[in-house]
Amino acid sequence: MLYDVPGPRGRRRILVGSIVAALVIGALAAVALVRLAHHGQLDAARWKFVTEPSILRYLMFGLLNTLKVAAVAGGLALAVGALMAVGRLAPSVLVRAGATSYVQFCRSLPVLPLILFIGLGFPELGVRLPAFWFLVLGLALYNSAVFAEIFRAGVVSLPRGQREAAYALGLTYWGTMRLVLLPQAVRRVLPATLSQFVVLLKDSSLGFVISYPELLRRGQITGEFTHSILQVYVVVAVIYIIVNATLSYLVHRLERRQKRAPIVRPAAGASPLSTPTDRGAVRAGGKELTGR
Amino acid sequence: MNVVLHHLGLYWSGLWVTLELTVLSFMCALLVGTVVAVMRVSPAAPLRAAGLLYVETVRNTPPLLLLFLFVYGLPKVGLIYSLFVSAVVVLGGYTGAFVAEVIRSGINAVPVGQAEAARSLGLTFSQTLRHVVLPQAFRTMVPPLGNLLTALVRNTSLAAPIGVLELTERADQLNATAAAPVPIFIGVLITYMIVTLPLGAVIGAVERRVAVAR
Repeated sequence: MLYDVPGPRGRRRILVGSIVAALVIGALAAVALVRLAHHGQLDAARWKFVTEPSILRYLMFGLLNTLKVAAVAGGLALAVGALMAVGRLAPSVLVRAGATSYVQFCRSLPVLPLILFIGLGFPELGVRLPAFWFLVLGLALYNSAVFAEIFRAGVVSLPRGQREAAYALGLTYWGTMRLVLLPQAVRRVLPATLSQFVVLLKDSSLGFVISYPELLRRGQITGEFTHSILQVYVVVAVIYIIVNATLSYLVHRLERRQKRAPIVRPAAGASPLSTPTDRGAVRAGGKELTGR
Repeated sequence: MNVVLHHLGLYWSGLWVTLELTVLSFMCALLVGTVVAVMRVSPAAPLRAAGLLYVETVRNTPPLLLLFLFVYGLPKVGLIYSLFVSAVVVLGGYTGAFVAEVIRSGINAVPVGQAEAARSLGLTFSQTLRHVVLPQAFRTMVPPLGNLLTALVRNTSLAAPIGVLELTERADQLNATAAAPVPIFIGVLITYMIVTLPLGAVIGAVERRVAVAR
C-alpha cells in the first residue's frame, strides 16, 4: 500500500475521480463507435461473414494449424531445452561450454528473420519440407534456448541441500538431476514455462511470412475475400485473446496454488523439524524466480 | 557471400532504420508503460479496469496482428499514418504493456514497511514515491527492462511484413533480386547479433552496478 486508508474526504475524491475517469473512458469508446459507424464499418453486411459456416470453418482450421505448430514446436523446444539446461549445469567443462554457447546463440536470434532464413534458405540447400516444419524448426530453435534458461533457473533456485544430500546418498550427477532436482524444478517453473508457451503461440503467427496457412494468414485471405479486413482482423484478435487468456489464466491459477502450498512436501515419516526451513527456502526461491 | 559484401550499404541503411525504430518505440513503450502502470495502481476503479483490459488485450495478441490492424484496419475509418510511424506506435504500445507490468511489479517488490516508515516520518505521498519507493523499485526494474529492450531490437523485424525498410525488409528485397537467401539471411542474423550481444553485455554491467542485495 503506497497510501494510507483514505478518510471520508479521500473517499469522496476517489469517487469523483472514478466517475470522471469512467466518463472519459466512455466518451472515448463512444467517439470510436461513432467513427466506425460513420465509415460504415458497423454495417451488418461487413460482419455477415461471422454467420457463414464455410468462412468460420476456414478460420477454425487456421486456428487448428496454429495450435498444431505451437504444440509440435513447444514439445520439441521443451525436450531440447531440458537437455540444454542439464548440459549447462553438467560437471564436464566441455558439455557446459557447448550447452552454454547453444543457449546464448539461439536466444539472441530474431525469430522472424530466422524463419525467413529457414523457409527460403533451406530449400536452396536442398532441404525440401512443408512450410509447417520450417516454422516448427524456427520456433523450436529460439524457444528451446528460452526453456533451457527457465529450467536452469528452476534448478539453481532449489536449496543447495537437495543436491548435496543426493550426492551424499551416492547418486551420480545424472541420477541427482533426474530423480531429485528436475522433478522439483519442473513443478516450480511450470508457470514460467506456460507463459513462454503463450509467447510461442503468438509467434506462430510469423508463419505468415512463409505462407503457412495459420490463423493470421487465413484471416488476411478471409479479409480480402469478404472485403471486411478490419472486421476479420478484430475477430482473429478475439480468437487469439480467448486462447491465450485461457492459458494465462491457467498460469495465474498455478502461481496462486504454488504460493499457497509448499511444493516440496516432506515424505511421510520425515522429521517434522525439517519442514519449516524447507518451506522458507522454497518460498524465497520462488520469489527470486518470479522477479527475474 | 559476395552478395552480402557487395551490398553492405543496404545492410547499413537497414540497420540504421532498425535502430531508429528501436529507440523511438522504446521511448514510446516507457511512456505507455508508465501511464498504464499508474492506471493499474490508481485508487479509481475504472482506471484500474481500463489498465487491466489494455495489458491483457495487448499481451495476448500477436504483435504482427496488431500491426496489421493498425496499418490495414485504421485506414478504413479514415486514419492513415506512415508505415514507420505505425510501426513505432504499435511496437511501443505492445512493449508498453510489458513495461507496465515490470513497473508495477517493481513497485510491489519494495517492502511495504518502506512506504509505511516514510509516511510515519511525515513524507507526503509524492515525497514517499520520489525519495523512498521509486529509487528502490528502479533497481529491481533494470534487469527486466533490459530484457525488454533486447527483445525489442529483435521485434523490430516485425515491421518487415508491412514494408518498413528496416534490416529484414532490406534483405528480403535484396533476396528478391539476387536470389541468394542463404548468405543474405545469415548476414541479417549476424547483423542483429552485432547489436544485441554488446547491448546484452552493457545491460549486464548496469545490472551488476544497481543490483540490490536483499
